[in-house]
Amino acid sequence: MRLTAVDLHCHRGGRDVFAGVSFTVASGEALTIVGKNGAGKSTLLRTVIGLLRLTRGRLTLDGGDPELTIAEQAHYLGHQDALKPSLSTAENLTFWAGFLGGHRSIDVGGTLEAVGLGALAGLPAGYLSAGQRRRLSIARLVAVKRPIWLLDEPTSALDSAAQQRLAGLMQGHLAGGGMILAATHGPIGLARTEELRLDQTTPSAPVAQDRDEAAQDGP
Amino acid sequence: MTPLSAILVRDMRIAVRVGGGALMGVLFFLLVVTLTPFAIGPDLALLKRIGPAILWLAALLASLLALDRLFTSDHDDGSLDLILMGTAPLELVVAMKGIAHWLTTGLPLVLAAPLIGLFLNLDAPAELALVLTLLVGTPALTFIGLIGAAIAVTLRRGGLLLAVIVLPLTVPVLIFGVGAANAAVIGPVSFGTPFTVLCALTLASLVVGPFAAAAALRQEME
Repeated sequence: MRLTAVDLHCHRGGRDVFAGVSFTVASGEALTIVGKNGAGKSTLLRTVIGLLRLTRGRLTLDGGDPELTIAEQAHYLGHQDALKPSLSTAENLTFWAGFLGGHRSIDVGGTLEAVGLGALAGLPAGYLSAGQRRRLSIARLVAVKRPIWLLDEPTSALDSAAQQRLAGLMQGHLAGGGMILAATHGPIGLARTEELRLDQTTPSAPVAQDRDEAAQDGP
Repeated sequence: MTPLSAILVRDMRIAVRVGGGALMGVLFFLLVVTLTPFAIGPDLALLKRIGPAILWLAALLASLLALDRLFTSDHDDGSLDLILMGTAPLELVVAMKGIAHWLTTGLPLVLAAPLIGLFLNLDAPAELALVLTLLVGTPALTFIGLIGAAIAVTLRRGGLLLAVIVLPLTVPVLIFGVGAANAAVIGPVSFGTPFTVLCALTLASLVVGPFAAAAALRQEME
């Protein structure tokens, strides 16, 4: 399985967020997307799953399920945890497993153990700390098998033990033939990763120049 | 659990938990109808004549109450992103959310209506007719409301806009709902004619509502 992006452009709010981005990720590979704040890391992840529209460029997935879109074969771990505070930890996980995974029954207790939340299954998610909420979101990735993981700063709010646990989960996912795209500022605990720098590919200077010229041409 | 039953169960659970808003609708309904006799005075003939209209107006406003959080809460906590990534068609997901919303806010209104009808001097046949019209008409209110809820999803304080968008669209439902109930209470039109039109309006809204709401949601996620 191979995810190929060719010459991606995204234009939003009157400026190019990124332009001319190309990358390839194959089964068992991880790609980290780095760049300064506002470089378009989150936007790039959201365009991959179609939550934002590409201005130009092509995204193809070879070897996946032809019946499903890329988004339907991907997990997205964004900044928001997508948890309902009034539902318990187990209920939140059961819902996402049922909604994203369909008919397959899942082992809620075992999955919560895998992210270190086994003792908190009955607690409303509203009482969880930021790191615990993050771990509950990660449990979703473990509960439902999808080959592509899109992680937006996955280690934020996690303590060092939880970061190691996440690294273990990611290695397991890669070993099982999955692929990972992670937007990050620091190391995420994977041994070998490709790196995509967004700063270099963003032609911010020419764009500014164009705009100056347009302003001069105007009345 | 299939994706659609998962979302039905989740939305109903959230609605009946603390802060969910399922009971608020019924309480609001009760309050509006209870206040009316105090405002109008103890004129039993008048109350009987305007009773169905008051119950319908109260039901309309009550069903609007919890609607503004229907998609906004999912949008704010990131759930909507993941819902769009599911394999279930968005139209069906929206319809399921509508059904869950009706079961937790619309159906309680229907069940409370006979009790409240007593306050407005309605007799047994009139009560039955009223409950029937509410049972058939409140799903239309919910499913028309879905459209407004989806349009207002990205706006702060979208609740007011929701009312402005939704209330004009509910006018036909209100006319034929009250018309059918009144026909049973005071005549002279037969109950069947307006009631059939009400059924048709509900069936149409069950189809149009989810498609329009899903289109609005897709547009706004851009």
